[in-house]
Amino acid sequence: MTTIPLVALVGNPNAGKSALFNALTGARQKVGNYPGVTVERHSGKLALADGRPIDLVDLPGAYSLDPSSPDERVTRDVVTGTQAGERLPDAIVIVVDAANLDNHLRFALQLIALGLPVVVALNMIDLAERDGLTLDAAKLSAELGVPVIPTVAVRRRGLDELKAALTSAIGSGAAVRLRSSEGHVGEDIVTLQRRARSIAAASTVSETAVRRWTHMLDAVALHPVAGPILLLTILFVMFQAVFAWSETPIGWIESLFAWIESGVRAAPVPGFLRSVLSDGVITAIRSFLSDGVIAGVGAVIVFLPQILILFTFILVLEATGYMVRAAFMMDRLMASVGLSGRAFIPLLSSFACAVPGIMATRTIDDEKDRLTTILIAPLMTCSARLPVYTLVIGALIPNTRILPFVGLQGLVMLGLYVLGVVGAFFAALALRRTVTKGPSSGFMMEMPKYQWPRLGDVALGLWSRALIFLKRAGTTIALTVALLWVLASYPVAPAGQRQSEYSIAGRIASGIEVVVRPIGFNHDIALSLLPAMAAREAAVGAMATVYAIDNPEDEAGQGKLSENLRGRWSLPTALAFLMWFVFAPQCISTIAVTRRETNGWKWPAFMVGYLFALAYVAAGATYWAAIGLGL
Amino acid sequence: MDAVTTIPIPVSLESLPRGQRATVADIDWQGLSIPEARRLRELGFDEGVGVEVLHRSPLGRGPMACRIGRMTVALRRTVAGSIRVSPLTL
Repeated sequence: MTTIPLVALVGNPNAGKSALFNALTGARQKVGNYPGVTVERHSGKLALADGRPIDLVDLPGAYSLDPSSPDERVTRDVVTGTQAGERLPDAIVIVVDAANLDNHLRFALQLIALGLPVVVALNMIDLAERDGLTLDAAKLSAELGVPVIPTVAVRRRGLDELKAALTSAIGSGAAVRLRSSEGHVGEDIVTLQRRARSIAAASTVSETAVRRWTHMLDAVALHPVAGPILLLTILFVMFQAVFAWSETPIGWIESLFAWIESGVRAAPVPGFLRSVLSDGVITAIRSFLSDGVIAGVGAVIVFLPQILILFTFILVLEATGYMVRAAFMMDRLMASVGLSGRAFIPLLSSFACAVPGIMATRTIDDEKDRLTTILIAPLMTCSARLPVYTLVIGALIPNTRILPFVGLQGLVMLGLYVLGVVGAFFAALALRRTVTKGPSSGFMMEMPKYQWPRLGDVALGLWSRALIFLKRAGTTIALTVALLWVLASYPVAPAGQRQSEYSIAGRIASGIEVVVRPIGFNHDIALSLLPAMAAREAAVGAMATVYAIDNPEDEAGQGKLSENLRGRWSLPTALAFLMWFVFAPQCISTIAVTRRETNGWKWPAFMVGYLFALAYVAAGATYWAAIGLGL
Repeated sequence: MDAVTTIPIPVSLESLPRGQRATVADIDWQGLSIPEARRLRELGFDEGVGVEVLHRSPLGRGPMACRIGRMTVALRRTVAGSIRVSPLTL
């Protein structure tokens, strides 16, 4: 059996590689990871003109073969055949932005020098033409000595020609071994740049002014007054939308799970099972499924709409090119705590989830800068905290109006978000002066031209996020809740004793309670802290499960859960609990991704330590202050 | 025709007025850190290339956005201070 040829898409950032990749592979793509580094590996299959299948892999954008950030390193390692778990590509497609040949051709020249079969995709030729640039592809092909195909990835133009060129490139034989320079360019970057510029000039028939649209939009987006107002407005609308637009779909998901739960409770038991199992066992299985798995998983899946709304905003802001403008606006502020504007992008993503946020730090080239950003990312209020905040605030904070349109509950929620950001800023300030001390890193970034986001690309991005979330709810969270149900149900408590205290889980919680009693936590909270490590939102599922086991005759549901909390928690305890969740690193996935990104246990251990310490002190101080104020 | 009657005196890119076209006269590579210098080269900064200041960020000494060739690049003012440019007179 011969292996399927591997083709890699390579090029500068903003050349349109991913758009071309999406156009070529459509829905037949997979997202994975490079072993050892958390850089997403997008791969997919496509059929060439002659029907032969090939594997296409989309590599991270880079400016040269001399990498300065982890994702650029992957690109170099793949095209030089040194990336673990990846074979040397049989051919590469170099994607260049037709409107920016000066710069993109320099990297293309480096790549051509590697000696692999090459096809150049002269991408976004339509935008270049609109910019008043007329190019001669044949001339460019003659100058470079490789086939050049004009393409417009987003409009699917030039794809057939590209596949045809690829067919003959691969057909020309096995990959030539590399000239051994290991892709090191050193000093001759300037020479390459000058050659690139002269080739670009030779291939340009005529040119006029550049990027009128982008300049007009930037006049507003980067304006000293209008710019910050626009950024704040976008952020405000984004967070508003997360709450306002999600209400209806959340209602649908809740009724769906209520329907499944009542179905499980009422489902007839097949005769053969009835004859084998006692009534007690059947009741236990029913309870396991409805109180345990369905209640627990349902309590988590209701947050899918909010996560998708948040990711839609982030994907659109990235696809349009606005995100880099936001980084530009934020650089001064970030510099005041020793970070750069680049850190703003991963931190904003962390409001959805710290895991993709931490993965997004791989574009930060400065190592210390990147580490600091990773260490503070868990302080951004991720969507997994929402279920916990919503439940506790709804149950224990009175719904009084402070000003017209401003309720106390909303204010507390906002306060928790602000507290996370303020905490992150002070943490960054402290870290940059101690453990991640170093010279202040720079901020140098290309600002891509604005683009209309393509619906299909955003939809593909959302789909992969939704899959990851649902997989987590179906595996990690379902398992955690199921395990908790078993631990909380046995051994069965004798009459007069609470099941939640007598069971195995109850006894473990009593041990934890000794530690958290001084900061005002009760037995329920101690019980929820361990499952919350699997995922923060599992705390809600855990409490739902525990209360359902304690009062088996009650019907489950959000209302019942709030009522239980009101009966069992005091206000200072609730406030301390909220404070704990602002800071505590209650998330195995975040710890795991930090380990992968920092290549070891040192930094995740440090992160867990400082965040737990912060959470303990903040929760304790809140509890005792609230007691002192007589709340 | 009074074009090019004055001899342009190189100024720092940091202090180049907005909208004034210029060409890069020289870059003080020694005054930059190694990664900064490399990134600057990769973004196409080189002697003789046309530049223009497009925007300066609102807060005091924040970054600035420049056009270099056909690209727009954001960089901090300290880096821009190491780049000397010759304003083009029209």
